[in-house]
Amino acid sequence: MVTATIDTGWRKHLPVLNAFLRYGILILVGFVMIYPLLWMIGGAFKNNAEIFSSIGFIPKAPTTDGFVNGWKTSTEYSFATYLLNTMKIVIPKVIVTVISSVVVAYGFARFAIPGRKWLFALLMATVLLPKSVLLIPQYLMFREFGWLDTYLPLYAPQAFATEGFFVFMIIQFMRTLPLDMEEAAVMDGCNSFQVLTLIVCPVILPAIISVALFQFMWSMNDFLQPLIYLSSVEKYPVALALKMSIDVTEATSWNEILAMSTIAIAPSLILFFAAQKYFVEGLTSGAVKG
Amino acid sequence: MYNNKLIGSLYVTPFVIGFLLFTAFPFVASFILSLTDARLQDQLGAAQFTGVANYTGMVADSTFQKSLGVTFAYVFITVPLKLAFALFIAVVLNFKLRGIGLFRTAFYLPSILGGSVAIAVVWRFVFAGDGLINQGLGSLGIGGVNWLGEPTTAMFSIVLLRLWQFGSAMVVFLAGLKAIPEDLYEAADLDGASRMKQFWMITLPLLTPVLFFNFIMQIVQAFQEFNGPYIITAGGPLKSSYLLPLMIYEEAFKYFNLGYSSALSWVLFIIIAIFTAVAFWSQKHWVFYAQDRGDDKGGH
Repeated sequence: MVTATIDTGWRKHLPVLNAFLRYGILILVGFVMIYPLLWMIGGAFKNNAEIFSSIGFIPKAPTTDGFVNGWKTSTEYSFATYLLNTMKIVIPKVIVTVISSVVVAYGFARFAIPGRKWLFALLMATVLLPKSVLLIPQYLMFREFGWLDTYLPLYAPQAFATEGFFVFMIIQFMRTLPLDMEEAAVMDGCNSFQVLTLIVCPVILPAIISVALFQFMWSMNDFLQPLIYLSSVEKYPVALALKMSIDVTEATSWNEILAMSTIAIAPSLILFFAAQKYFVEGLTSGAVKG
Repeated sequence: MYNNKLIGSLYVTPFVIGFLLFTAFPFVASFILSLTDARLQDQLGAAQFTGVANYTGMVADSTFQKSLGVTFAYVFITVPLKLAFALFIAVVLNFKLRGIGLFRTAFYLPSILGGSVAIAVVWRFVFAGDGLINQGLGSLGIGGVNWLGEPTTAMFSIVLLRLWQFGSAMVVFLAGLKAIPEDLYEAADLDGASRMKQFWMITLPLLTPVLFFNFIMQIVQAFQEFNGPYIITAGGPLKSSYLLPLMIYEEAFKYFNLGYSSALSWVLFIIIAIFTAVAFWSQKHWVFYAQDRGDDKGGH
């Protein structure tokens, strides 16, 4: 009897202990995870001497020197040029990716297509195929097209639904939808293209947003493709400009580079916080519902 | 309307064209190139057919062997560690606690930003001689480590960059955990099964489809890592972080050996293909799909 009371007494505290332990782990891991980012943003507002002398992330004497000087860059172009170049690549890429993925996904999800099973297998194979095996022939092909040192190689292929992952995401989403609305629209005399644009697209908007966000992030991060295709500095996106800046100014001006790195990730950071649920849904749609 | 094969085919035509032009054709072409001595600066017509010379040449190429070893080490270290850590944190997070969403955000964020040049640059500074980590060690009275200058620690720094991005795998695990019906745990509680036993007998088996998905994705991505090592260590020192994608890039665009580079990319492709094929083949032995349970739970 006595042991039983002690037992329940101890067990009563178990959930508290459990929660305590969980919070402890999460806070510790979260701190380690986020610290490099805080250090980057803090460092952007420090002077160089302070970056090298303190591990804290809060600047003791905040300064915008890093931003002012970093923005000028060591080239004849300001950082604005590189940001603008990035947008000239990323925006068309996101647009053509969304349009082509929706159109192709609609075909896969709704129609009886001859050889659909095989086509779908090929679509999934493109997800697993390493890009480096295609790199050289694609380069030679775009050289023949006269596309070197232009942005076309960076987004023209995406106009043909070459990223199977996105098509798959939208197919998965379309398959969960009931057909009644679409059938009713057909009764009313809509053709399939009208059904797609007027009925289907508004409903699959969450999936479209997920695709757009992922493609935006991945294109912002893309480095190898611009590295291969772009040769004039005036056409460089931010990724190449940053790489160039560490090659040139490494020893001296960390605050400038940290400031420009902060600006470089700012668009992704803002979008992530604004639309986090679309990232989570997009990521899990393929893995869990599949 | 939806059984009109012609209209349906029209919708998937962009994919068919794109697949033929930007995937199938380059795929075959790179294999043909791998059997030649094509060079970047020459016309393709000047290339000679050299048979399997590029492949047999790898046997004598110590750089390739080093690169291959480093690549396997990188994948075999990062993939299990990242999956284990992602699963562990997902289990800790799968709990009704205040502020849990905040932690999920904090953990997911690095996998969104981690592939960028900006983060690689920051990483390089964090591990630099007078960077954040050495300063931290210094304040504890520990002498600095030449992180990026020593083979083992250089590898460690790029491994850590990948582990830092465990969040996307974690989010997928978390969604998988939420899909496990709670009555299973209630029944196990009544039977007196311990938490540990519940994890091994219920959680892990029901999570295998998600584990399988994460495993494939992580393997495919890890074998293709480029940005981190290229920017942080440039493959060095002594080629200790010279992953195969770096070698493929440099052979083609620094040394202009298109033929050899294509052969290397085919080796990488075959390695990835073997891993994915074995994973798909083996899944019937260890992946447990909800419909196998023969009940209507699980919401599929």
